[in-house]
Amino acid sequence: MSAAHIDRAPASGWRGWLTAEQPESVFQGRAVQVYLSARRFMANPLAVSGFLIVLLLLFTAAAAPWIATHDPLATNLEMRLLPPSAEHWFGTDHLGRDIYSRIVHGSRVTLTIVFLVSILIGPVGLAAGIVSGYFGGWVDRTLMMVTDIVMAFPRLVLALAFVAVLGPGIENAVIAVALTGWPPYARLARAETLSFRRREFIQAARSQGASPLRILGLYILPLCMPSAIVRLTLDMAGIILIAAGLGFLGLGMQPPTAEWGSMIATGRDYLIDQWWVATLPGAAIFVTCLGFNFLGDGLVDVFDPRQS
Amino acid sequence: MTSLSATGDNGGAGQEPGAIHRGGRAMARFGLSLMLTLLGLTLVTFLIARVIPIDPVLVMVGDRATPEAYQAAREALGIDKPLLVQYADYLSKVVRGDFGVSNMTGQSVLDDTLRVFPATMELAIVATLIGTLLGLPLGVTAAVRQGRPTDHLIRIISLVGYSVPVFWIGLVGLLVFYAKLDLVAGPGRLDMVYQYTVPVRTGFVLIDTIMAGEWSAFGNAISHLILPAGILGYFSMAYIARMTRSLMIEQLSQEYILAARAKGVPARRVIWRHAFGNVAVPVLTVVSLTFMYLLEGAVLTETVFAWPGLGLYITQALFSADLNAVLGGTLVIGICFVIVNRATDFFYRILDPRTK
Repeated sequence: MSAAHIDRAPASGWRGWLTAEQPESVFQGRAVQVYLSARRFMANPLAVSGFLIVLLLLFTAAAAPWIATHDPLATNLEMRLLPPSAEHWFGTDHLGRDIYSRIVHGSRVTLTIVFLVSILIGPVGLAAGIVSGYFGGWVDRTLMMVTDIVMAFPRLVLALAFVAVLGPGIENAVIAVALTGWPPYARLARAETLSFRRREFIQAARSQGASPLRILGLYILPLCMPSAIVRLTLDMAGIILIAAGLGFLGLGMQPPTAEWGSMIATGRDYLIDQWWVATLPGAAIFVTCLGFNFLGDGLVDVFDPRQS
Repeated sequence: MTSLSATGDNGGAGQEPGAIHRGGRAMARFGLSLMLTLLGLTLVTFLIARVIPIDPVLVMVGDRATPEAYQAAREALGIDKPLLVQYADYLSKVVRGDFGVSNMTGQSVLDDTLRVFPATMELAIVATLIGTLLGLPLGVTAAVRQGRPTDHLIRIISLVGYSVPVFWIGLVGLLVFYAKLDLVAGPGRLDMVYQYTVPVRTGFVLIDTIMAGEWSAFGNAISHLILPAGILGYFSMAYIARMTRSLMIEQLSQEYILAARAKGVPARRVIWRHAFGNVAVPVLTVVSLTFMYLLEGAVLTETVFAWPGLGLYITQALFSADLNAVLGGTLVIGICFVIVNRATDFFYRILDPRTK
């Protein structure tokens, strides 16, 4: 809707250059595309609020030592289980640690997990998908069979068993989550590759002697990236929730490091009388996931207006 | 099926002579993919069990054992055999339902899991019912009112469902509705008083209490069930509403809907009979998929609500380092998950003439 409005608007100067219907260079064409997408994105309040939440999360993680009011690991048994106050904004836990500072530092753990899982499942899924879609035949059938099988696995329970056996810790949690996370990307990339592989520009590249690796890497992969990134944004919440669940069960980051899921677990024993110990870290998880979901949902609207 | 496809654009397509043949092929496909997926699943659990950093032989014989004793134990455990042979052994045990003995309860893992399984099923079934009853109307409403405030509100409601940690909202729910407001019963399936008065017949508390004619126990069971089931139901509602919405939007933009509207068919009939009739099958698969996720999601919910099901069993086994029970429980949930998943796919192919 907003795009149509922009097209008709009489424009001059920068805006005219950015909204030109017939761009004069590749660079301008890209700029127009980015600008129009950004306009569509900005017109979506949900997406913008999601973007702001994610931005806040990134800022919190980057500036954790400066935003935190206390040392997240410093225990003080005289100050245990204090309610929220001017001194301790979110109160203190059973060891007298400042919950606000622990939540702030916990954002680093969450972001680390999300980042590591993403760089594992994104590339693996994309590679499987474009190879499958481009070559077809038995390669396709085999890869899709494996994808199908893994897709039918219970993610959380397998991750649980995996970490239970290999031992708790962030590395194992990441591997456990990533192990079953890549199939959707393979499916997505395969479908997109199938729609590109017969196009003229691919045939032109091939007739000029480009190797399959070159075609896949330079021509097909970039085209599959946007939808994979959108999908990844929508997946973030799921990844965070599984990781927090593992942390809640004591299988994630080990104490005393501040991790949101395990903070909820420690607060469980004090739930009724000291509600802040368990509920506030959970609120942090909730808001973070909501941010990623709002952002992802908005990105779907921007990149795929058919669905909106 | 006829009522599903009687809406015009594809009515009767499934009644051709090829239908039986197609059913047979779908059946074969279902069997094959079920087998392959189960093989894959057991392979994963087998590999997980095999990569234990602790040396199982050492655990058995202790670190002062002679090399001969060590070797003997190694052979007794079958670890000296090639990996493939070990996997075959493992597979044949799984097929016979032999998941080993639980250190925690001292009973066979299979007996344990069968005993606690009804509790999980009961929770998942009630949650799916709640999710479906709320999710379908919400999804259809959102599709009909696409782009309007109602649609946005429903979208936010379901995105919230996608974003809440289930164990956290469980604790918050207990805090608010049990501890503060005292509206529902707390953790567990029944109050202590009823636990020994109601004989276990089916393992489903709601059914058992009715069969025993214990109406106050039945009420108590509902009071215990409503919070965990409501919370899990919210998650399935979120998923069902979103999927129903996008399926319905696709149908509502079709020309036959325009034709029906132009013909003067009442709006309610156009929406529920014409459009919804055509998405009923895919929606059914969505519902069964959410059921599948609830089986899994029950692990964390049961931990919070002390609900004596498979999830609580697995997490308790986890804390007592009972690996047989953890892996056995994982496999049981995994097998159910895979069966539901493949069966959904199968019924979708059979029921929906468009997948020909």
